[in-house]
Amino acid sequence: MAIESEVLVVGGGLAGGFAALAAAREGAHVRLLSYKQSTLAQASGLVDVLGYAPDGDGPAVDPFETIPALPDEHPYRTVGVDGVREAMAVFDEVADRYRGAHTDRNALLPTHGGTVKPTARYPASAAAGVASDERDALLVGFEGLVDFDAPHAAAHLENAGVPFEVGGATIAFPGHLTADAKVTRYAKLLDEDAPVETATGATRRARAALASAVEPHLDGVERVGFPAVLGDDDPAAVRESLETELGVSVFEVPMGPPSLPGLRLEDDLYAALDAAGVSMETGNPVVDYDGEGRVESVAIDRNGATIPFAADQFVLATGGLVGKGIGSDRERVEEPIFDCHVPHATDRYEWFDADAFGDHAFARFGLPTDGDLRPLDADGDAEFENLRAAGSVLGGYDFAAEKSGSGVSIATGHAAGAAAAEAVR
Amino acid sequence: MASTPHITVLGGGSTGAGVARDLAMRGFDVTLVEQGNLTHGTTGRMHGLLHSGGRYAVSDRSSARECIEENRVLRDIAAHCVEETGGLFVKRPEDSEEYFQEKLAGCEACGIPAEVLSGAEARAMEPHLAEDVDKAIWVPDGAVDPFRLVVANAASAVEHGARVETHSEVTDLLVEDGEVVGVEVEHASGPGLRVHGTEGGREEIRADHVVNATGAWAGQIGDMAGVDIEVRPSKGVMTIMNVRQVDTVINRCRPKGDADIVVPHETTAILGTTDEEVDDPEDYPEERWEVDMMIDTLSELIPMLEDARTIRSFWGVRPLYEPPDVGSEDPTDITRDFFLLDHDDRDDLPGMTSIVGGKFTTYRMMAEQIVDHVSDRFGVDAACRTADVPLPGSEDFSVLRDYMDDFGLKSPIGRRSVERLGSRAEEVLDTDGPNPVVCNCEAVTRAEVQDAIEGSGSDLNAVRIRTRATMGNCQGGFCAHRLAGELEDSYDEPTVREAWDELLQERWKGQRHALWGQQLSQAMLNYALHATTQNRDRDPADAAESVDFAAFDHGPSEAVDPSHASDTDVATDGGRDGH
Repeated sequence: MAIESEVLVVGGGLAGGFAALAAAREGAHVRLLSYKQSTLAQASGLVDVLGYAPDGDGPAVDPFETIPALPDEHPYRTVGVDGVREAMAVFDEVADRYRGAHTDRNALLPTHGGTVKPTARYPASAAAGVASDERDALLVGFEGLVDFDAPHAAAHLENAGVPFEVGGATIAFPGHLTADAKVTRYAKLLDEDAPVETATGATRRARAALASAVEPHLDGVERVGFPAVLGDDDPAAVRESLETELGVSVFEVPMGPPSLPGLRLEDDLYAALDAAGVSMETGNPVVDYDGEGRVESVAIDRNGATIPFAADQFVLATGGLVGKGIGSDRERVEEPIFDCHVPHATDRYEWFDADAFGDHAFARFGLPTDGDLRPLDADGDAEFENLRAAGSVLGGYDFAAEKSGSGVSIATGHAAGAAAAEAVR
Repeated sequence: MASTPHITVLGGGSTGAGVARDLAMRGFDVTLVEQGNLTHGTTGRMHGLLHSGGRYAVSDRSSARECIEENRVLRDIAAHCVEETGGLFVKRPEDSEEYFQEKLAGCEACGIPAEVLSGAEARAMEPHLAEDVDKAIWVPDGAVDPFRLVVANAASAVEHGARVETHSEVTDLLVEDGEVVGVEVEHASGPGLRVHGTEGGREEIRADHVVNATGAWAGQIGDMAGVDIEVRPSKGVMTIMNVRQVDTVINRCRPKGDADIVVPHETTAILGTTDEEVDDPEDYPEERWEVDMMIDTLSELIPMLEDARTIRSFWGVRPLYEPPDVGSEDPTDITRDFFLLDHDDRDDLPGMTSIVGGKFTTYRMMAEQIVDHVSDRFGVDAACRTADVPLPGSEDFSVLRDYMDDFGLKSPIGRRSVERLGSRAEEVLDTDGPNPVVCNCEAVTRAEVQDAIEGSGSDLNAVRIRTRATMGNCQGGFCAHRLAGELEDSYDEPTVREAWDELLQERWKGQRHALWGQQLSQAMLNYALHATTQNRDRDPADAAESVDFAAFDHGPSEAVDPSHASDTDVATDGGRDGH
């Protein structure tokens, strides 16, 4: 006897999470199956909606105004501007540690490589770093932390034309961290405000010791940026302590994996799913399904045993090439669970562009859908009447070039979840 | 001759660097010029096999004898560049027994230690060999890092007073009164270390003799003085796997053929190769069928290759040469022997000698012969010492193990570093500040990267070949920006950015041939990290138009601070501001 629910979501990233949330809030009984850690740990934690128009030169100021210019097959065109707004309103409610909702305009945030990127929502921890804020800034890096070279990032930001002076300093992080300490190790020291030994041999609390090490470099600036390691459990408290000690605003510069802002967002999302009563089943892959024309159940593999989960409606949110929701071999590109149709050239040498940042066909690999987000087969008919898809498993958009990854996941997840709940009624 | 003869060596591959070292050690005044990085041409694009001679033991016994002799020399003088993997010639049921016996007899005749293993014994040594492999011959093949070897030769040449100029393209040969008297070069960035953005310039380098060791490019150099050098460039593909499926070199025991070798190399295994004549050593097709053939054919020996992950493919161009009267149709019939062309004797053009053909494994022997030739011309009577004096990094190799636990590096990081650096480990790794890992895939630390930057300027591809940084699974996805950060201490930001972009493009070039399965997933992740997280694809610093920062969100404080808010778009309803 299969385990039953009304709506079953496959995939535990932003898309799956917002699908489950939307369906649960509509009153459906929702179960979410996720396999591995979501790709949020690999993302910066910035929540982009749309940073660049398809043929725009510079960053787009207003993502919502830019959406209608997208091609028809873009998932945003399927859910529409109002759908995106509705989903972002849910995001803003769930992720109350995020900022940017006070305006439709994009913010330009410094990257850890030292340029700026447009984004719609940013963690409160990054807010003081917004590049349209004209206050002079100091970036601080740590000797052993190779992902953020503060002097390099500062010089790069200046060459990107930011409207403020910015300098960079590399300091030794107080305490005796090993050369290859993980970002979570820095964060934990600051969360705990543990006693550490300073350069002079004295013992001080970590936050105060860090502030003292930074102070000689301040030189009158009004804000200081650090790599995104300022606390895991309670980043607001860490930031507040540093701001009090230093007497200036403090911000984090988002980084690559493992990304604490990404992990914090995942925490907030899972707390919201919990509060909405979503049942979670994690750690095992969905390997098969049953049904024809209609999905009756999917099956997970748990230590070699196959366990079916039946539902009335299904949402596929397994991610794209990175999350393995889309797979490939030398001959073809596929969606591994339902074998949904993935349009692609037969010659794999047509899957990419010769330039590293060229127009890559692979970046757009994914499922085409109808207006209800149901995946379509090669003939343009819905693969299954009760299967919807959301997030990076969808095709027709290049989130990396557009800077639209989180927004598409949230918007299509929300729409697919709401439609699934509606169909249950 | 009154003053020390000045010899200009063209080509920074194994031959050129070997010639430069030998000349410098024999007291010549030497300038080496190379159009790209060291190893830019064929040397940097080979499978990394240190031949035992076994591959030539049937078809070309004199080459086989040279190979085993030089194999022994390199294990000694270049220990830190060589991994003594051993090699197998593997016979499948359909492969000829007669050829197997010829191979064995050939090895014995050439003095190559050889031992026959049963199929079971071979599989005990290499468990991923196919179940139906009949038997194998073990020979002392090895793996060699061509980058490290050439850099060490160049470093030794410099220690002996040579000048080494990379990124310096020969634009003309200077010919006066029917004699070559030097070269004109175009420096990409001024003499000395390569620095992006520094203005280059032309330089005339006068020389008493020019050695043309440009391999597949030798004909182009010859053309500059109107002499014909009939190099017949032949391309071959090499496909890199993400792990070592084998720890021993695996050769197919059958007559010449494509896709017949797997060489374990550092963290990877390299599949090779094809043999197709091309017109231009710099512009030839890199084709899908070649990659597919490596995987499909070599899967007959090692079945797991069929579904294994490759991280990239690259092509090299063999600088084959045969005297014009031979006229081989098929490039696989062209000899692998080398030829010393004295243009005085051959073309009545004194002042230049070309060296063409040959093999990486015997580079030192080739260099010795050409330097003997040059010494004769100048009446210099100094013995060659390159077979006896270890290369920098390979002196006192026996003490290597003692370094392993020093420098605060965790094993296996310390082990990998010390294996790469050899006897230079202490000098390089003994730094003041913390020494974090910069490239996780290949366990390359900051100290090694800084050492490489010191040796190669702002060129991150040169840092790459010296350290192996960005050469592992992620192909620079996680560490390209870190390397850029490491350059920052020495160079200004636009220079760093240019070097960074160049590295990203170079890494992309080879990955394009591996874009399916896990590596396509990796490529998408890298693209997301570089474009989404770092915005390097649309970096405003690279854009012609400056960004209107004032038009964008000024931060949450603008909602409470009217001086920042531009107009009516301060919204309180969660982002809907009504326009």
